Amino acid sequence: MLIKTPSKSACTENQVTDESVYQQRRQLLKSLGFLGAASLLHTSQASAFSLFGDDEPKKFLTKALNYSPASQYQTTELFTPEEKVITYNNFYEFGANKSDPAQNGQAFKVDPWKLSINGMVEKPITLDYDELYKTVELEERIYRLRCVEAWSMVIPWVGFSLADLIKQAQPLSSAKYLVFETLYDPKQMPGQRSRFAGGGIDYPYVEGLRIDEAMHPLAFLAVGLYGKTLPPQNGAPIRLVVPWKYGFKSIKSITNIRLTDKKPPTTWNLLASNEYGFYANVNPQVDHPRWSQATEKRITSGGLFNTSRIPTQMFNGYDEVAPLYANLDLKKNY
Amino acid sequence: MAFRLSVKQITLLKVFIHLGALIPLVYTFYLATIDQLGAEPVMALIHFTGIGAFNLLLLSLTVSPTAKWLKQGLLLRVRRLVGLYAFTYALSHFLTYIVFELQLDWALVISEIIKRPYITVGFSAFLILATLTVTSTQAMQRKLKTKWQKLHNWVYVALLLIALHFIWSVKSDIVEPLIYWAMALTLLALRKDKFLLAIKRIKNKRKKTLA
Repeated sequence: MLIKTPSKSACTENQVTDESVYQQRRQLLKSLGFLGAASLLHTSQASAFSLFGDDEPKKFLTKALNYSPASQYQTTELFTPEEKVITYNNFYEFGANKSDPAQNGQAFKVDPWKLSINGMVEKPITLDYDELYKTVELEERIYRLRCVEAWSMVIPWVGFSLADLIKQAQPLSSAKYLVFETLYDPKQMPGQRSRFAGGGIDYPYVEGLRIDEAMHPLAFLAVGLYGKTLPPQNGAPIRLVVPWKYGFKSIKSITNIRLTDKKPPTTWNLLASNEYGFYANVNPQVDHPRWSQATEKRITSGGLFNTSRIPTQMFNGYDEVAPLYANLDLKKNY
Repeated sequence: MAFRLSVKQITLLKVFIHLGALIPLVYTFYLATIDQLGAEPVMALIHFTGIGAFNLLLLSLTVSPTAKWLKQGLLLRVRRLVGLYAFTYALSHFLTYIVFELQLDWALVISEIIKRPYITVGFSAFLILATLTVTSTQAMQRKLKTKWQKLHNWVYVALLLIALHFIWSVKSDIVEPLIYWAMALTLLALRKDKFLLAIKRIKNKRKKTLA
């Protein structure tokens, strides 16, 4: 249970202002989207006197989703505002700065899409774009997301348990790991076009889970957030959410899930194995070599003076996964 | 007749430096307080003040090569001001880090400075800049006499430490830090005669003591 302690008479005010500013901003973004779409029809008055009308980046269109509300996965914690969830992203395929993915991803094409589940399974599956939303019934879950960079968010995701999908493919008993792969499409993803723009990562981005981790009911495949389909910067159209692990495990824009009997290489581990392990379980006792993991900055609203550090919890507070690691030295297997 | 900057023009240049350094700093802090500086205002401020300090330090180190190249001796009069703003940004960077990032958790502040090499390096550079700031007045210059120049040559050490602090702090996107390394090394290369002379002097001293 996380309760913020600092006295906050001023902060409430900040939040109120903040809320309204967000409304204005959203309104502005909406109208930009409207302008963008309208200019295509050559009927918009605004585009007639806007010199740069054609250059205006069209906002990626998200759609409202049908889902059952969260019953089990609720929280009393403050949500991270949607505007922050969709503008502060690590998705190096669209650039290495936090604001890059929201800026560079808006033209990303997610339909058509193919997600394949293959490898050591009885029945390989391939889902197309529409099937992502229909194969398993959608539900909303509020999860904490803890980034390895020591910041965190509280996000209402829409999606389904990873296990529910994997079971449909009927894994063989010899399968020990799941390997996830992000779309590789340098034409759409500027980070994949050059080593410099993409932060030196060898693409495609790959991640992995042990099969018992993957089959844990908490492991989630998200197709939406805040009730709508995912925007590109958050990993549209489908992404992993493993709330007890650092954010980089939660791979985005997945095209392939392969079941295998060998521990797979994973992207950040390949890049700096002393800093990013295969397990990457949230653990306040094991510091990142360059910063402490004992506390985290929760991203909410209210600006500079509303910032607070809160203690980081073991497994990000999801103690139910502890039995998965009963026989594992978590200091060595960070 | 060659063009010469007048004292008046130097004063005007100083006004521009004041405005150019202060307005962005104050405005960015203002945006952070009203939560209009992206999703994570603290990190945004840390990056802004850090890179700002680096930019200003590089700028202060281009003053004397530029003055020499354009034969504008008076230009040297703005060097101290630019250097002081480099320190102002560095101070804002440091304060943002300990007040807002670490929330004045002093045990954490001390352990981070000691335990994290890139923080240690940055903090060392900050201490150098603070020393140079305190001793930057003409009174101190008179008081320290020949020692003053020796002391202020530490700015080159600070420059390298800051470049190291920057490249060490990023996760994997080292393009920008590498560009800054290139700029820093270029400015040092412009002073290679000075460094060669210093090395020569040290060698001579050693020879003398050996003899």
